[in-house]
Formats: sequence, structure tokens, C-alpha cells
Amino acid sequence: MSIWINEETKVLVQGITGSQGTFHSTRMVEYGTDIVGGVTPGKGGSTVTLPGRDVPVFDSMSEAISDTGATASVIYVPARFAAPAIIEAADAFHEINGGGLIICITEGIPTLDMVRVVAHIEQKDDVRLIGPNCPGIISPGEEGGCKIGIMPGYIHSKGRIGIISKSGTLTYEAVAQTMSVGEGQTTCVGIGGDPVNGTGFIDCLAAFEDDPDTEAVVMIGEIGGTAEEEAAEWAKSNFSKPLVGFVAGATAPPGKRMGHAGAIISGGKGTAEEKFTAFEEAGIHIARDPSKIGDALLEALVEAGLREP
Amino acid sequence: MNIHEYQAKAMFRESGVRVQQGEHCTTVEQALSAYDSLGSEIVAVKSQIHAGGRGKGNLYCPNSGDLILEGGVKVAFSREEVEEYASKILGHKLVTKQTGPSGKMVSNLYVESGCDIAHEFYLALLIDRETESLLMMGSTEGGVDIEEVAEKTPEAIHKEWFQPSMGLDEEKAGSMADSLGLKGPSRDSFVEMAGRLASMFVDKDCSMIEINPLVLSGDGTMVALDAKVSFDDNASFRHPWWHEIRDISEESEVEVRAHEQGLSYVDLDGNIGCLVNGAGLAMATMDVIKMYGGEPANFLDIGGGADSESITAAFGIILEDPSIEGILVNIFGGIIRCDMVARSIIEASKETGLEVPLVVRFSGTNHEEGRIVLDESDLDVVTVSTLGAAGEAIVGAIGGLLE
Repeated sequence: MSIWINEETKVLVQGITGSQGTFHSTRMVEYGTDIVGGVTPGKGGSTVTLPGRDVPVFDSMSEAISDTGATASVIYVPARFAAPAIIEAADAFHEINGGGLIICITEGIPTLDMVRVVAHIEQKDDVRLIGPNCPGIISPGEEGGCKIGIMPGYIHSKGRIGIISKSGTLTYEAVAQTMSVGEGQTTCVGIGGDPVNGTGFIDCLAAFEDDPDTEAVVMIGEIGGTAEEEAAEWAKSNFSKPLVGFVAGATAPPGKRMGHAGAIISGGKGTAEEKFTAFEEAGIHIARDPSKIGDALLEALVEAGLREP
Repeated sequence: MNIHEYQAKAMFRESGVRVQQGEHCTTVEQALSAYDSLGSEIVAVKSQIHAGGRGKGNLYCPNSGDLILEGGVKVAFSREEVEEYASKILGHKLVTKQTGPSGKMVSNLYVESGCDIAHEFYLALLIDRETESLLMMGSTEGGVDIEEVAEKTPEAIHKEWFQPSMGLDEEKAGSMADSLGLKGPSRDSFVEMAGRLASMFVDKDCSMIEINPLVLSGDGTMVALDAKVSFDDNASFRHPWWHEIRDISEESEVEVRAHEQGLSYVDLDGNIGCLVNGAGLAMATMDVIKMYGGEPANFLDIGGGADSESITAAFGIILEDPSIEGILVNIFGGIIRCDMVARSIIEASKETGLEVPLVVRFSGTNHEEGRIVLDESDLDVVTVSTLGAAGEAIVGAIGGLLE
């Protein structure tokens, strides 16, 4: 089992004819993802050749969903077109399927666009947005699995750990460390590093709490905002499984944006220390050293009686 | 992107937000002619830099380091005082709470007509991450450090949230005015101004507008006596005019240069250079260096589209920092292939004449191939496969390991 996606999930690619879209569609199909088509306005009626299959291209999400029965979509369109692409997908999933999953990989979307998008999606509570500025979501299967995004599939393996992260490559690092202590993953969700985004830590924790196959969760935060503190507060009374937390940026100076649009300590708020403290107060197993995330997970599993000491 | 007060005020004026008459000057002569043309006996002579705390900052001679003037914003009561302040500000270094000890050279001045002040308020518009909406924040405690107010008397800060699609309606603006104790024509003046600021925030893709102080003038209208505006860089494609008002001399030259190469770079105080793919992993790499007793010299994310050219540029930028004693490369290959990075490192080390210890950690796509490329080269490099080993190796190489 997994959260939100599985090997049966039918996926559309918005921006499939672009170089990023085609490149990653190929990788996704190689991993086992069921890519059923794509959308590029003006290119409807054409096809894109992916490993072992030719998939149709549509002009709109409505046509694509109606024709393919897709329940998820992944967005690779440039930043200036991304907000309308998310809204188009949300409206089409809502109207045709009564819901759907949208994963936006695009980096650099204006924050005000995201404020508008989030307000729009809040009106459609059957639609879930993951991202933007994220690596996507992956649920490893017995062989291959479902990968919707840009992460290297082969570093993952099916298991019992859920992973939630604001970062891309640091998520891969966390995956590698869970693997190094002999644990695989149910689902890894990259929620992205933008100040305003869709799915947050709490949504993921709630889904992992309900997923019987997820037995422990690793949560990777970073400086900026208060999402980690809110998640810790929520987890205190709502999350029953072992939880491991790391926050990147303990050495980041205040007032400087560290790559991600949201990774900034402003007005003295959003420091790693505050977040680690909130984690500790909520009983979360913390790894202050990012090279010890795997060790902290092992410790948490042993403490919960899920592994032999 | 940040802009100067004089530029922000020009935007306010254009948007119908009341500001005092003022002129932007770059020489003492211009400051004097601004004084003459403003026709106001009392004027404010204001240093223009992209940092807050100007009023409480001090000006120093860039060569001798001598204190030249206390306060980067001065009220002048005569032509002579304008001349004195302008000459003590221009060409000198302003050190404020926000500039750090090195300060910022002042090459722009704003000379502004004096204002009859009945009360000073604080007003700001920003994007609230918690509620994912826009936030207007106001306080009757204007003209002071607002972070201190938020800390000591949070009840003195009033908040109204609104959506960009709806704008700030009269009800919310009115409710803020009431919280600030404004009545009658002053309340009307505030409501009108707040609506205009909210529209400007959305139309121009601001990430923050801060007015401290916003004053109630003697005639009962609201006047923005200060103006701090910053824009959301991600929206630059909608605002090609931004490049005309961008003052690149206010930005870190090396960070700007790095950005042009597709690199995200932030200079830090330590001695271990970092070259990493991904922002989160780059921060974690800095953190792990610290864990082993070292100090990172920089944050550097080479991004997902890095190539040989940008990696060579990254090495060059790291090595410009004279305090560098070692370099840690940490790559978790996804789209980026470690063997490509390995070949780029060899090329870059030749081009830059690398002499400090180098530790490379590869994981992910083609990590073994990458390691082989490095091991077979004549480059003096330590290759490791985990993050912990990377931190230990680089801090150990410069002799800084914690016991």
C-alpha cells in the first residue's frame, strides 16, 4: 500500500511535448508509471513515443481526462504557464472525476500566482495539489512502481517508511539513508520549497497515519515559515507512528534566501533551532546531523519495537 | 529584488499614495538645488541603501574607518545643514543593524520636504505563508523597530488578511483604521490609501511593502514618510521595467555573477567551500560540516541543469574567497550524472589551479563511474560515498575535526 498513488494510477503529463516533459515521461514509464497521455495546447491529435507505447496528446485537460480516465496529472510547463495549468487540471478533475491529484514540478512560479491557485483549489476539496518546485511523489512497488516526478527511481525500494520533504536531492539523501539501515519506502512525497504551496506536512502525516503499510515516517524540513512547527504540534495528538525529523539550514544566516524561495529566516523567525525544538517537544526523534537520519530512524524503530536492537 | 526608498516613493506617488515632495540626488550640489527647489525650510536628508535601520546607523570614512556622522537620516533646518549632511553621507559607509559591520557605501541621497507629524504608525503588506493569503499589518507604534513591538507587545499589532483576486475591501481597510484609532477624514484617508497600496502590491508583484513610519499629518491625511518595497523575483517576466530600477551595486557582486551562471550562491564566513546539487542538500552539507567542527564558507546549489561550464564557474567563485582552505563537492545524482560532474571537476581544477584539499562525495546516478573517473585522474582528491564520511573527510583534511 501507499498514499495517494499506486501502480494502477493513470497519469497525464501537462507539457509532455516539451524537452523536460518528454524526458521525464520516458523515465516514468521505464519505472512502471502508467502514463496514458499528455496535454500541450495546440498539439492535440499528435502522439508522443514513450518506451513500449505511443501516448496521445490533447489540447485540454478536459479532453485528456475524458478520453483516458486519468486520475493524476504531472506538470512540467514553464513557470509563467504553470498557474493556469494547475487551475485547468483542478477544474477538469473536479468536474469530470469529482477529484484528482496534481503534481507540479515547475520551479519559479510567482508567489501571488500560487496564492491565487491555492485559494482556487481550496474551493475544490476533492483535488490535491503537490508542489510546486518539488521532485514529485513515488511509491515503489515489487518491481518498479509508480513514480510521478523527477526523482531517480532506482534508489527506492518498497518498504514500510513514509518520507515527506521540502527538498529534492535531500529527499534522495533521506531515501538512501533509510535504505542503508535496511528499510524501504511506502511513499515519498516532495512537498516543495516554495513559500506558498499545495499539500503540506500535516496532509502527508494524516495520510501516512491512515495507511496501514506505513509504520514510521521521516520528515525533512528546512528553514523558513512555520510549517514544521505546525506539523509537530499536530503530530503530538494525531500521529501515533514513530516519526523522525531533520531540518536543513542550522548554519544558514538570517535574511538570506538559501536557494528555495521559501528557505529564508526573516525577522528572526523560521530558524532550524525553533523547528528542532518544536520537534523535540512533540516527541519526534530528531537527527541534528543530516548524515544520521538513517540512524535516528533505526533508533525510533527499535524504540517502537519494530526492529530488533 | 529590493529598490530604494526614492524609487518606492515614486511608485507610491504614481499609485495615489501620498508622500512628501522629494528629490533623488547623487551629489552635494544636487542636494542643495533640491533644497532650493523644494521650498521647504525643514528637509530630511536620507541615505539611500538597500538595508533597514538607516536612521540609527552611523557613517564611517571608507578609508580611515573614522566616524563621520551619527545617523543616516538627518533633519536639516538650513541650507548649510543640507550641505553638511549631504557631504558627510555621500561617499561614506553606512553601518546599520542590517548591513553588518562592513556597512554599505552610500551613493544615493533623497532630500525630502519636512512633514508636520501628529502621530506615527507602522504599516506593512506581505504574503502570509501560514494562511497562504495577503496580510496587512498595522500598529500605532510607528517609527520604531517593529520586531521589538511584535516581541514585547504583540497586541499592538493589528492584522487584516485578503485575497489578491478580491483586493482589500473598504470594510477590512476600515477595520484596520479603527484598530489604529483613526476617525473622520483621517480614517477616510487611510482607507483610500490602504486600498491603493493593496492594488499596487498585486499589480506590481510585490513581496513586501513596509511603511515605517506612516504618519498622520497635521492636516489629517496619511503620509508615507518612509517606503520599503521589494518584488518577487519569480514574477520578473511580467515586469520587464524592473531592470531599469534595479541597483545592482546594492547586491552582492559575486552572488549576481553566480546567478548569471545558473548557480545559487550565498557567501558565508567559514573556510570550507561547498559545491552541491539541490538547495536542501546544500544546506544539509553546510550543516554536516559544522557538525564535524568545520565552518562552511558558502552555500552553493549548482541546480539541476548544471554542466561543465557552470561547474567550472562554481569552482572559480568558491576559490575567489581567500579564506578557503578546502572544498567539499556533494552530488546526489538524479538528472545530473556523477561522471559528468567528475570530468567537470577535473577540468575546473586544472583551469582554476586548485591547491586546497578536495573531497568529493558521489551518490545516485552514475556514482561509481564518477568515482572511477576521479580515482583514475591525477587529481589529488578524496572520494567518499556517504554524507557523514564527506563531512569527516573535509574537516579532517584541514585539521579541524572535533574530538
